[in-house]
Amino acid sequence: MIPLSHYLALGAALFALSMVGIFLNRKNVVILLMSIELLLLAVNINFVAFSHFLQDAAGQVFVFFILTVAAAESAIGLAILIVLFRSRRTINVDELESLKG
Amino acid sequence: MSAVYLAIPLCCLAAALVIGLFGRRIGRRGAHCIAIAAVAAAFALSLLVYADVRSSGAAGGVFHTVYIWGVSGGVPMRVGFMIDALSATMMVVVTFVSLMVHIYTIGYMAGDPGYQRFFCYIALFTFAMLMLVMSDNFLQLFFGWEAVGLVSYLLIGFWYERDSAVAANLKAFLVNRVGDFGFLLGIAAVLLLFGSLDYAAVFAGAERVSEQTVSTPFGEWKWMTLVCLLLFVGAMGKSAQVPLHVWLPDSMEGPTPISALIHAATMVTAGIFVVARMSPLFEFSEAALSAVLVIGATTALFMGLVGLVQNDIKRVVAYSTLSQLGYMSVALGASAYHVAIFHLGTHAFFKALLFLAAGSVIIAMHHEQDMRRMGGLRTMLPVTYITCAVGALALSGIPPFAGFFSKDAIIIAVSHSDLPGATYAYAAVLLGVFVTAFYSFRMLFMTFHGKIRVAPELRRELRDPPGVVTWPLVALAVPSLLAGMVFFGPVMDGSFFGEAVHIAPEHGAAAALDAQRHGRSGVLLILAAILHGFVTAPFWLAVAGIAAAWYCYCEAPQLPARIASACAPLHALLRHKYGFDALYQKLFAEGSRALGGFLFRRVDAGLVDGFLVNGAARLVGRGAKTLRAVQTGLTYHYAFAMIIGLFALVTYFVWR
Amino acid sequence: MTFLQYAFYFFSAALLFAACMVVGIRNPVKAALFLVLAFFSAACVWITLQAEFLAIVLVLVYVGAVMVLFLFVVMMLDIDLAELRAGFTRYLPVGGLVAALLVAEIALVLARAFSPEDFAPPPPLGREHSNTRELGRLIYTEYAYPFELAALILLAAIVAAIALTMRPRAGGGKRVDPAEQVRARRERRLRVINMKSESPGKSESAEAERETETPARKS
Repeated sequence: MIPLSHYLALGAALFALSMVGIFLNRKNVVILLMSIELLLLAVNINFVAFSHFLQDAAGQVFVFFILTVAAAESAIGLAILIVLFRSRRTINVDELESLKG
Repeated sequence: MSAVYLAIPLCCLAAALVIGLFGRRIGRRGAHCIAIAAVAAAFALSLLVYADVRSSGAAGGVFHTVYIWGVSGGVPMRVGFMIDALSATMMVVVTFVSLMVHIYTIGYMAGDPGYQRFFCYIALFTFAMLMLVMSDNFLQLFFGWEAVGLVSYLLIGFWYERDSAVAANLKAFLVNRVGDFGFLLGIAAVLLLFGSLDYAAVFAGAERVSEQTVSTPFGEWKWMTLVCLLLFVGAMGKSAQVPLHVWLPDSMEGPTPISALIHAATMVTAGIFVVARMSPLFEFSEAALSAVLVIGATTALFMGLVGLVQNDIKRVVAYSTLSQLGYMSVALGASAYHVAIFHLGTHAFFKALLFLAAGSVIIAMHHEQDMRRMGGLRTMLPVTYITCAVGALALSGIPPFAGFFSKDAIIIAVSHSDLPGATYAYAAVLLGVFVTAFYSFRMLFMTFHGKIRVAPELRRELRDPPGVVTWPLVALAVPSLLAGMVFFGPVMDGSFFGEAVHIAPEHGAAAALDAQRHGRSGVLLILAAILHGFVTAPFWLAVAGIAAAWYCYCEAPQLPARIASACAPLHALLRHKYGFDALYQKLFAEGSRALGGFLFRRVDAGLVDGFLVNGAARLVGRGAKTLRAVQTGLTYHYAFAMIIGLFALVTYFVWR
Repeated sequence: MTFLQYAFYFFSAALLFAACMVVGIRNPVKAALFLVLAFFSAACVWITLQAEFLAIVLVLVYVGAVMVLFLFVVMMLDIDLAELRAGFTRYLPVGGLVAALLVAEIALVLARAFSPEDFAPPPPLGREHSNTRELGRLIYTEYAYPFELAALILLAAIVAAIALTMRPRAGGGKRVDPAEQVRARRERRLRVINMKSESPGKSESAEAERETETPARKS
């Protein structure tokens, strides 16, 4: 059998990778959104693993909700991206600084 | 009688209100008719009260509460009257002098645009003074005290277009504030000690608290000394004792009737009256009495000396007022309260007379006040001359004029006092007699005798002013001549004021005065006193003063100038009034201006505005400027911030 | 090593590799495709955890819908890649450091709190056990209200996405104004005409004329 720690290690590694992705692709909104999806996936892996090892299906219900929210988030994120591109002709985050204090 | 008591001040107040509110409608004639009628009524009723008090025997006084204004912390604030020989005497003096001044004003202020306003003020003043003397508690006393101060402020600055008048009334107000501050503290101390503001309760409890002590920065003091000194500070302000005397000479900026009413006869006597009224308290504090004695003696002698070098006719009289107030204080300090009030009364008559006579001269001279431009007026102003001479003789203390009796009594009382400083006081008042006679007759001779120095075009018009001016002079000259003789007997044997003034047995002045009678009374006593007066030092000093004045100003007019140049430093000292004005100007006026400037520039502009107000705004602004850099507007910076926050949170959980 | 372990390690490796490619690759289209691979691998990993329903949902929803959406968007937009890649590795040390530290900390937490003894593998579930039924029972009983909320969130996402991206067409098009429809009143649509009742023997033409006059009567 695969112990719990392996799943947790997998989740942690995935989480770290997606964080590196946020640092690296700081200008590209599309890849940023993808990195966020990966972050959520890492969390979901942890949920599912705990759910399995604790024999409690509630963890999977949470994953279900997280998936729902993540889907909504990416849908709206992409919609915003499109509107942004329409008005600015770019998705370069460096140029999006009108909120600068 | 209680309705009569109430009517006396109220008719003055009503007159003041009617004239003040409807002055334009009732016109000049209406204004002076109402005011004079009201004050005449007050005078008549005062005489009635006086007769009642005399006939009922000088008992401990009638207390009559009109109504209770409010109760605060268990202390009732009453409006009430305490009528005894003391207050009845004061009422008669105040209303009589006030009536004379009212009548005189018709002539003096004729043609002044503020005619109605003036009558409103002096009626109001009479009301305030009556409230002061009739009061049966400290609160009402303070009300009258402040009201008198307020009206005097208004009247000194009556000609408010003149800068000097405005400066003078401000000065009077501020100096009186200093005194009033002490007075208020004294009243507060009375409330603390006795738990009551009523005279009756306070005087009854005086013996009880007489032994209590309080620690002050100057050591352990008797409470009574502190209370009396504080009350006397108030009296010093009102009665213009050194060093709070500076306002009185300047207040001559007001119209002359005011000088007569306020600064000779009534307002300045308020301080003397209050100390006499508080005699049951002062008797328990020899230290306070001693202070009163010394301050009074200083005022009596040194202010008289300043009077020697004045050239303004009104200022000479003003300094003589200061000097005479000093005499009254000396009498108070020697525990001869009844003598002080006696002198107050006689002085009120002859000083009002002198002021009104001076005013008469001023009217005749078309508002010229410098004596150096007068001289030889006696043939042209005969009535004024004679009445003025009566006033001067009374002031100098020549028998049988009123001033002789009261001043002689003071000198005898001081000679029998054994308080610390009594010797100094005795010397001062004796010398003061010479000085008083000298400056009084200097004024008389400079104005009415000698070479005529009047401008020629004015000379033809010189004549006595109309009857409304001269009749009050005559009416005041009569009591100036007679008041001393009439009241000498009762005052000397102590029966006049009865228990209205309290004199401790160990203070021997009163007993000495009584002994001075050698059992005589009535006409015999007066004759004896006059005859005795001719062989005592004060009489000869006064005669010497008159003679010196005659020699200096009639025989050898160049002599004063030569003496002045010979003793130039002394003359300069007197010219500058010992530098009190300059000192106060430097120390208090400029000092407070400098302090104000410092507080404005450094504290207000610098600390409050600059540091606290603008500083707080600058701090916020600077902080915001710093923090603004954090808001780059770049999404990934926010993402980094979140990640670092997450990292910190996890670290916290790991290392917890 | 059992088959299960092989499968786990294989798909884990695939997942991590795909994730590396997603964050590191130059071309967004390829990144999206690698994301598909990552999700697919994750679904396989979940199967090793006997979470079949979620694995299927992940494949259907993410691979089938969300990833397609990503691909659409990426392809639709004319993205200047060179600009976006500028300074790509500038934050690599920082990001790497933070990630390494975070991993180290997670490892510390795991080592301290989750020893293998505490979490013994559960007994294998029987053949008759259905993950789908179990989840369905929970969602429709205990988590009914959160489930409704999730539905609302999806609805809001749909409305928001449409409202954001839809442009009014030039010329208006055939659009219905809902407000106009709601405000409809009978008086504006219907006209009632008083008329005499039909008497037999009237001419046909008159009747036809009346019919053309009042078309509203038909409706």
